[in-house]
Amino acid sequence: MMHGGGFGGGMGGGSMGGGGMGRMGRRLGMDDEGELGSVYNHRVVTRLLSYVLPHKGLAIMSLLTMLVTTFTIVAQPWIIKLAIDELVDTGEQVNAGEQATVGALAFVMVLFAVNMGVRFVSNYMYQVSLARVSQGVLYSLRTRIFGHLQRLSPSFYDRNEVGRIMSRGQNDVNQLQEFLNLVVSSLADVLSLGGIVIALFLLDVQLALITLTVIPVLIGIMLIWQKIAWGTFMRVRQAISVVNANLQENISGIRVVQSLNREETNMERFDEVNNGHLEANLHASRLSAALMPTVEILTAIAIGLVVIFGGRQAINGTMEVSVIVAFVLYVQRFFDPIRNLTMQYTQFQRAMTSGVRIFGLLDTPVEVKDKEDAVDLPPVKGAITLEGIRFHYVPEIEVVKGIDLTIQPGETVAFVGQTGAGKTTLVALLNRFYDVTEGRITIDGYDIRDVTQDSLARQTAMVLQEPFLFSGSISENIAYNKTNASHDEVVAAAKTVGAHDFITKMPDGYDTLLKERGQNLSVGQRQLLSFARALIADPAILILDEATANIDSYSESVIQRAMTEVFHGRTSIVIAHRLSTIRNADKIVMLEHGEILEQGTHSELMNADGAYAKLYNTYFADAALAQIPTEAAPEG
Amino acid sequence: MFIRILGMAWRHPRHMVAAYVALIGSSAFALMVPRLLGTAVDEVLGGTEFNAMLKLAGLILLVNALRGVFAYGQTYLSEWTGQLVAYDMRNAIFGKLQRLSFSYHDERQTGDQMSRATADVEAIRNFVQGGLLRAVQILMLVFGAAGLLFMTNWRLALIGLAFVPIVAYRSAVVSLSLRQIWNYVLKTTGKMTTVMQENLSGVRVVRAFGAQEYEVEKFDVVIKDLSESHIRVSRIQVANSSFIQLVFAAATGGIIWFGGQEIVNGRLTPGELTQFIFYLGIIQGPVRMSGMIINNFSRALSAGQRIFEVVDAPSPVQELPDATVMPRVRGHVKFENVSFAYGDEPVLRDVSLEAQPGQVVALLGMPGSGKTTVVHLIPRFYEASEGKITLDGTDIRDVTLESLRSNVGIAMQDVFLFSATIADNIAYGKPGSTREDVERASRIAQLHDYVADLPDGYETWVGERGITLSGGQRQRLAIARTILLDPPILVLDDSTSSIDAGTEHLLRLALESVMKGRTTFVIAHRLSTVRHADQILVLDNGSIAEKGTHNELVQQKGLYRQLYELQLLPDEPTIDKTIDKLTARSQKGEARS
Repeated sequence: MMHGGGFGGGMGGGSMGGGGMGRMGRRLGMDDEGELGSVYNHRVVTRLLSYVLPHKGLAIMSLLTMLVTTFTIVAQPWIIKLAIDELVDTGEQVNAGEQATVGALAFVMVLFAVNMGVRFVSNYMYQVSLARVSQGVLYSLRTRIFGHLQRLSPSFYDRNEVGRIMSRGQNDVNQLQEFLNLVVSSLADVLSLGGIVIALFLLDVQLALITLTVIPVLIGIMLIWQKIAWGTFMRVRQAISVVNANLQENISGIRVVQSLNREETNMERFDEVNNGHLEANLHASRLSAALMPTVEILTAIAIGLVVIFGGRQAINGTMEVSVIVAFVLYVQRFFDPIRNLTMQYTQFQRAMTSGVRIFGLLDTPVEVKDKEDAVDLPPVKGAITLEGIRFHYVPEIEVVKGIDLTIQPGETVAFVGQTGAGKTTLVALLNRFYDVTEGRITIDGYDIRDVTQDSLARQTAMVLQEPFLFSGSISENIAYNKTNASHDEVVAAAKTVGAHDFITKMPDGYDTLLKERGQNLSVGQRQLLSFARALIADPAILILDEATANIDSYSESVIQRAMTEVFHGRTSIVIAHRLSTIRNADKIVMLEHGEILEQGTHSELMNADGAYAKLYNTYFADAALAQIPTEAAPEG
Repeated sequence: MFIRILGMAWRHPRHMVAAYVALIGSSAFALMVPRLLGTAVDEVLGGTEFNAMLKLAGLILLVNALRGVFAYGQTYLSEWTGQLVAYDMRNAIFGKLQRLSFSYHDERQTGDQMSRATADVEAIRNFVQGGLLRAVQILMLVFGAAGLLFMTNWRLALIGLAFVPIVAYRSAVVSLSLRQIWNYVLKTTGKMTTVMQENLSGVRVVRAFGAQEYEVEKFDVVIKDLSESHIRVSRIQVANSSFIQLVFAAATGGIIWFGGQEIVNGRLTPGELTQFIFYLGIIQGPVRMSGMIINNFSRALSAGQRIFEVVDAPSPVQELPDATVMPRVRGHVKFENVSFAYGDEPVLRDVSLEAQPGQVVALLGMPGSGKTTVVHLIPRFYEASEGKITLDGTDIRDVTLESLRSNVGIAMQDVFLFSATIADNIAYGKPGSTREDVERASRIAQLHDYVADLPDGYETWVGERGITLSGGQRQRLAIARTILLDPPILVLDDSTSSIDAGTEHLLRLALESVMKGRTTFVIAHRLSTVRHADQILVLDNGSIAEKGTHNELVQQKGLYRQLYELQLLPDEPTIDKTIDKLTARSQKGEARS
């Protein structure tokens, strides 16, 4: 089908907790510029046609009007020929001193006007209905892709970078749009070419045959040229993307560049790629400029042939002068379609490759699905049980190895453990980002696989380590979890988490627009907003995944103060590094390599003097001891 | 503006002149062809010799061939000129962006700068090669053809050429109005990208809140708008091109009709009429293109403005003409009453500090208190508006930027990785470092174990097309990058915030050996990180509020003590009190500013 990448790979890897290891497996193909497949891919074309089907009427209209338009274009030189016939007659009459009229010419002129009018209308209809069909197809493709992306499980996003998925949704879709237009315009080219050939034969078989001898030569030259030029144009595309990547990197990384004194080295390197781009372009333009004179000369040869052979016959009186004029007019219209057709070859290939990629994306199976008889989870109290759950991203590498855990409604539970112990995975399983491979998770007795994902999500809320905000106003961001929330509700949520103070100090208060990802706020402020966002829907279950790891002490203290109220009346699951958060939990669950090592309250576990006590002593010693200034802080 | 763009093109006078010569040649020969064809028609009608016919055919071939050669030169040379201009502009923008200080970059978005260096440069190139040169060709063809036609039969010429101003005017109007819609389309496309990008990057948030439907609706609104605008564009485009075809066809019709009457009146030969028809064909394309050229022109003007805005931007950080090279310093850093303002907004007020060689200085304070600004002033990323900063007694404004910056190593808060291997990223500030050096730095930064476990080790590709490193790993890489420079002054700007407590502990131990013999500035919000510093500076609203060692500051019961209590004694009454105090303070500060 296509080479390189594709959707062939096995089930994906992707570790959630640690780094970027093992992120192989099912990934989208790389979008290498240089990769091109065949010109025609049956599956892609069939699938694409199914998108055209809903716009059947318009599509047929577009094709019909295209036919009419092509016909009028081909007809025009013929009508001119008729006119010239009349004129030549008139001229002869004048020369012979006879009474000349333009009566017959009037009839030809009416024909001309009608042809002109028909062409005007049909061309307009053809182009507009084509645009509407292709935009319609594009619209439904985009909807389909976006909708599918909403249903793919988060593990898909672990394996595929956002940039790569974006390029599917944008560049590849655009390629397909080009393709649709191209198919129709190529069809038009073929038709007008055919029409011209027919017209030439109708005018004069012998002269047509002579003229058409140029065609094979032209096509041959075009094909050879195409072969040579292909690589060159590819290099141009690569060169520009290298230049842009270099620019982008240097602008985003300018602070590092300046601090490491790399300006000159980078300038030299940029000059190099910039120069490479220049050279690639000049090379390409030497080639593309060469095509024009070739075509011109071939056209001239064809015209020359017409003049010589046609002229001889005309002198002998066996051919009308008008036929010669019509031939010349046709020959001039001849080369554009041929040139278009050969030029569009690579465009077709590119579109096919894009099609393969897009439909590959649409065919990526959804891993976590609602059952057919899934019910809505009714309002819950928040009792959670994990019964012997096991989970792996990659077969044979178990990340969760048989965990049993009961959480009472209203409890605060802290997960503790080193990177890779499985804390984040457990939380993801609770949210049903993935399905457990064995065992089951229930909430108030409901297996989470038996309820709709929507209703499950509505009763849980999550605050992640990296606060992610959307562009829009502050109040829109808080209300993200409850789009119909009133302003009072938004304010109440902000007050609960202690965000109200800083929000009211912003220039437009709650209506302040956030820049890209909330960059006009500090990380701490962003996190306060994501807390407010989590609370606005008053979820029964709250999950905090390292929610305070990256923020400044001030914002953290604000959150700390709100904690009691935030946790009040709901089941809370907390992953944290901070001692204070962990210590106050109703239950601490110590995880290691996907298993529960110990569980209990802080004092229980300290008394047990097991792994938790050890972890506590090593990692938190510094802070813990500093807390009691009378004791000396041990170094090392 | 137009003159400046012209100036950019005239930097390559030989290319320009050659392109113009080729262009004039190709236009002239193009104008000869219809005349020859017209002659052929008349000669045939006049019953001429076959030999004359052959000669004519040969002439047509020759003229066309010459025209081809000139056309080749024209296309190639104008592309060459255009590409040279684009090349110059890209280099100018790149060079300038590299030298502009942080304050410039802080206020601008990468995307905007990129579009200046790409789309705007393209607009200029298009104009130079399509507009500046093509315009002359259009004028030549139109006026040449018009002249020839008028000489033949002025009445018919009037009829035939009447369409020229109409079409030129229409296409200019339409292409200008299309440009506005196109801008709207671009904006909408940008919106679509944002919605999609945010949706994908924030996929966990979307899922956790079950907001898929809401997102789909948001997306739907945008793409509906997008496809409607596209349809609108093509409606206008098609209406225009159909109209132009109609006008042109009408001109042809008019010529045939009135030409017929002129033939009846004996004022025109059929061959001349044929000539008219062919000339109309020749000028149709160029006339239609005039709209495009006007559009190109207006785009180039605004693009040029945006480009020269960058190229002309003054950088607040300037090297003195007689700047000397700063030798490797011992690390005595001194701020004397330094103030810094961002526009009108004061960020630092009257900061004085002194760090002895080898000391560790910790900076502490709430977000926005100016910690990062203090350390960014040392390598002159920003220019102090008042006061003086010296290294080993030398004013930093008296030395070259390069020599100054090579004395200061900064591990920044936001770690930027370049698309390169891990080894290249570590050695970014010191290309050509040996693998041993890279590994040593990486070991100290506690990164080595992770890297060594990767299948490709130090050759693993990171950045855009490579693996993703976690926040903590990136920070450790930044530290390794800085250690490798072996700078006498080391700055760690919040560079351990995303590193977990265990690793941070190891890192701190390893760094202790590195810090020996260097002056180190540490910015951190974890007190555990700053406790061991020789000097702790607490910043509050741009000034130094407290200064001293950990023990001294804890005794002072000031801001440091409060922050300390916040982090380490999380029982609620204390927190409440402390927050109230801090909030009151920050409000006071804001009222002051």
